[in-house]
Formats: sequence, C-alpha cells, structure tokens
Amino acid sequence: MKKNLTAWLCLLPALVFLGVFMVYPLVDVLIYSFEEGYNFASQSFWGTGLYNYSYVLHDPYFIQALKNTFIIVIITVPLSTGIALLISLELSSIKALRDFFQTVYFLPYVTNTLAVGLVFMILFKKTAYSDGLISILLQLFGGPSVDFIDGPYWAKMFVMCFYTIWIVMPFKILILTSALASVNPSYYKAAQVDATPKWRIFYKITLPMISPMVFYLIITGFIGAFKAYSDEVALFGTDLNAAGMNTIVGYVYDMLYGNSGGYPSYASAAALILFAIVFTITTINLMVSRKTVYYQ
Amino acid sequence: MKIVLQHLTKRFPNRNKKIKEDVIAVNDFDFEIPDGKLIGLLGPSGCGKSTALNLICGLEKPTEGRILFGDTDVTELPPEHRGVGLVFQNYALYPHLTVRENIRFPLENLRGSKKLSKEVMEEKVLEAAKLVQIEELLDRRPSEMSGGQQQRVAIARALVKRPQVLLLDEPLSNLDARLRLQTREELKRIQLETGITTVFVTHDQEEAMSISDTIVVMKSGVLQQMGKPQEIYDEPVNLFVAKFLGTPQINVFEGKVKDGKIYIGDSAVLNADSLKGADGEVYVAVRPEGFVVDSNGPLKCNFLNREVMGRDTSVVATHPLFMGENIRAIIPSEEEIAPVDGCVGFSLKPSKVRVFDRVTEERISL
Repeated sequence: MKKNLTAWLCLLPALVFLGVFMVYPLVDVLIYSFEEGYNFASQSFWGTGLYNYSYVLHDPYFIQALKNTFIIVIITVPLSTGIALLISLELSSIKALRDFFQTVYFLPYVTNTLAVGLVFMILFKKTAYSDGLISILLQLFGGPSVDFIDGPYWAKMFVMCFYTIWIVMPFKILILTSALASVNPSYYKAAQVDATPKWRIFYKITLPMISPMVFYLIITGFIGAFKAYSDEVALFGTDLNAAGMNTIVGYVYDMLYGNSGGYPSYASAAALILFAIVFTITTINLMVSRKTVYYQ
Repeated sequence: MKIVLQHLTKRFPNRNKKIKEDVIAVNDFDFEIPDGKLIGLLGPSGCGKSTALNLICGLEKPTEGRILFGDTDVTELPPEHRGVGLVFQNYALYPHLTVRENIRFPLENLRGSKKLSKEVMEEKVLEAAKLVQIEELLDRRPSEMSGGQQQRVAIARALVKRPQVLLLDEPLSNLDARLRLQTREELKRIQLETGITTVFVTHDQEEAMSISDTIVVMKSGVLQQMGKPQEIYDEPVNLFVAKFLGTPQINVFEGKVKDGKIYIGDSAVLNADSLKGADGEVYVAVRPEGFVVDSNGPLKCNFLNREVMGRDTSVVATHPLFMGENIRAIIPSEEEIAPVDGCVGFSLKPSKVRVFDRVTEERISL
C-alpha cells in the first residue's frame, strides 16, 4: 500500500499536467459540441443536443472543407510515400554524391513554410506583371494561361497537393533511407546467388523488411494530412473559404477566430467529426497492417 | 563438378587511403578441387578465406586468374548463373518468411522453361527438408528456431535447386559446442548423400580436420598447404601450418642442429643422421603426444602442474628455450609423474618431432 502511495505521488505532477492540459480540454470540447446556442461572452446556452453536429454537417463550407481534406489525403499520402520510397531506393543504390543528394532532399524540411509559400507564389501565381513561371512554361508548350492560385479549382488543388507532397517528402526520405540501410546486406547476397529478379527482391525482401517504417509513415501521413491547415494558409492566405480551399482544421479555426467566428460549439462539433474520421481511418490502417506488416 | 582455380588473385584497395599498396586477399591460388569432395578452407581470421569463397561463388570478381567449374569457365559469370548454393555465416534466412517459403524461394525464381509447378516445388521443398531433417518445422519462422535448426534450413535452401557446388561460410561458428559437433557430422552426411562438391570456410582446425576430405590451409592470402587432414597434421610444410593444426598446439623450441644431432639448449634430444653437415639454428617442434615422461630423458623442463582430462593427462611445464607460454605434453592418464626438484624429464618420440628452418620457417625433413 505504502509502495503504491509513493508511486502515485511520483506520478502526480505528470497526471496533473496531463489532466489540466490534455484531458480537461478534450472533455470540454466534447461538452461544447453538445451545448446548443452557447454564447462565449455570457458563458450561457439554451439547450443540449445534436444541433451543432447537424449544423456543421449541413454547412456548405464544411462540406467543401471535408471534400478538400479528403482529396488532399487521398492524393498526397500514397504519392508522397511512394515517391519517397523510390527516391530512397535510388539514394541507397548510388555511392557518388549520395550525401549531396541526401542534403538536397532534406532541405525542404528545414526551410520555413512561409518562405516556401512565397516561392510557390512566384512559381504559380498570376499577377498584373507576370503569369507565374509554371504558367509561362505551359504557354511555351502551347498550353493555356492558368492562374494556379486564384484560378480554377483543379489548378488550386494541384498546387495544394504538389506543395503538401513536397513538404512532407524529406522526413519520409530520411526515415526510409535509414530503414533501407538497416536491412542486412546478406539477404540481398543470398537473393542474388539464388538468381532473384530485382523486382522480386524489392517486393519479397526489401518491402517486408522495411514495412514497419512504411506503415509508420502511412499512419502519420494520414493523420498529418487530415490536420492540414498551415500549408493552405501559406498558399492561399487566411480567407480559405473564399478561395474554396478550406480544410477541416481551417473550418474549426474559422469557427473560433475567423471573421465569421465566435462559435466554439460548431468548432467543437467539427473537431470531433475530424477526430471520428481520423480514428476510423487509423483503425482500418492498423487492421490492414496486422496482415501485411512484419515486425522482427 | 570439379572446381579449378587458375592463378586466382584478388586485390582490394587499402582502406587506409594513405597506403597506396593494395591488400592482396587471395594471392595466386592455383589448385583443383576434385569432384564430389568436401573441402575445408582453413586459416586464421583475415587470411582471405571468405574472399576465396566469394570468388568461387561470384559475389566478388577476381583481379586476375580464372575459375572453372568442370570444363566451363565461369570467371565472368554472375553468381546467379553459376549454379552455386551458398550458406551464409549468419544463415541470412528471410525472417518474415516461414521455413517452407524460405526453402521455396530459390525455386520461385526459376523462369521460362525451368519454371516449376506448385506441386513440383512442394515436392522439392519436402525433399530438401527431409535431407536436413526439418520436415516438422516447415511452418515455423526462423526466429522460432534454434541456431542449429536455422543452419539446417539455410543448407536446405542452398540445396533445393540442386547446385553444382555448395559453399558454406563458417557454417558452424554460430553454434554452441555440442551442436557444432552434431552439425558437422550432419554436414558430412549431407555431403555424402548428395555427392555435391562442397567447399566450406573455417578458422577452426578441429572442424576442418574432422570432416574434410581435403584441407586447404591459408595465411594472409597465400596458400600454405593442401592435402588430406592427416597428411597436413603429420607433414606440415612450414611452422605456420604446424602451429595452426592440432590442439593443444605443437610445442616449439629454439634449437640447433649439430653433428647430426638435434639440440635444445645443451642437451641433444634426438639423433638425426640425415642432417649431418647441415648444422644451423632451427625450430624444434614437438606434438603434445610426442613427449614421454622419462626421468633420464634429455629434455628437462620446469614442472608447473598437471591437468587431468580423464582419458589422458596434460602436463604443463616451462622451458627457457620454449617459444610461448607453457609447454603442454599429453601423456596417458595411468602414467605417473614424479618431478624432482620441480623438474620433469622427457624423451621425445622421433615420429612426433618436426624441425623447421629458423629463418624461412620451412620444414627440414629428417
């Protein structure tokens, strides 16, 4: 009993911190999401129920944000992981200039998001003075003049995905190159002596051996992409609803602090919907991984 | 399939870039490995024996020289076209595959006309598993097996496609002492059953002696001696080979030849009429079993202690001209030792004494 008491006493500071800064806000968000007509100034509400959820789910801005988020997730997670895997494989098969390329690929990771956003503006934005570098190149090959930042939806989404992939890639390459380096070379030698074709070595040996890392990247990739917001701001500015490029987290933020903000109940409901989505996707991921991921 | 090595040489650039000179891992190997035999490549670590194995396998390209399997020149062939089976020191079993999948792996690589049906593959896997006696382990993962079992799986995987040559890199070094004994007999049995020319690398002379048909002794990339185990033990060509084979090690003394007699210090330990007129400084090497306790014997040593092994006794002693720490003599256990003033006398069995030139360390035959 006394031993237990000491243990609890030792845990107390951590428990208090976790309780105050993690559990309480979470519970609070849950409560907010059910309080109808909550007023921030008077701290009052006139009822409880599911109205907030219903409102959010019927809000066209939220539907737009949901759609955008899903498109970003579905495009960027598989693409960035796949491309990162390809680059890592190439990186680990070259000897010359390997360190150089590794540095180059890692640069986006240490570059400021807003600075990168500016560069993307120059590349893609159409202004009074210039069509933007990419658009100029497109026209050079006979394409149309496209404004990627204020133009059609598909163009904006293209830039958005491109940017997201570019931003998340370095970390994935870093993880995957180290995972590849940790595979014992004698497996490859054994496979070589047995006349294993290259694709089969990759599919049957390399991929299973690094599967825990790939899986880790996919899970964190999904979660990260669902929480996308700052990258959108860097490209399209703070009024994402007007640009039609809002995300769920962006919607939550707008509901709290945006021009039309001041609705913590709607924000909480939206946050919990996001939580439910991420939770479901992660659970599915885990279930799939149990069959496909090999842990040593 | 016999393996012919012709002036095989492998040089590596020195790791230390300041040294321009290349490291010669394998230096001018020129010998033939007869068909269907078990060959032990023996040498201390870093002597180039694994490189030699990799050259035969094709994982390394020789700097000079040629390798022939039978009459076919395979020097330029990559490993996958040589038809060799290789067992790695760490076994290199794919950890995420079951034993069955591991053994089947090489078969699944066959393409085109050689492609096998599922039934044939299964049959071959079973056959290989039976050969190494692991039929009941087929559905396990490598991590669920002991080192000895993993070793068998590795051998089965190497054998399943019926290679012309089986190569084993330090096959027993990851096993404990008891398993090592068992597995080396197993290796011999498998080799005899399949009749595949087998080359294995080892630094353990006992291992090499016990199962090899022929031993190749190497030192710093240079072939020292090749022959049947007993031959090499009995007739080592130089001091290195003499010292490398046999446990306990051969006992080496600084001695000299004078007037047809071999001296250690001032005492003539052996007559050697054939060396008349060939006076000079030599090393006198005596196998542990070459000592006979004899209070009147010419070789007087300081007695330290006796170690009882049951079957026989080893006498530990010192001598001022002995090269090394302690002399170890093995005598029958029933023999009594009675040191006088801490001194024990030995006479030597002529058949167990070898004499080597002091400078070249080459054997001088008696």
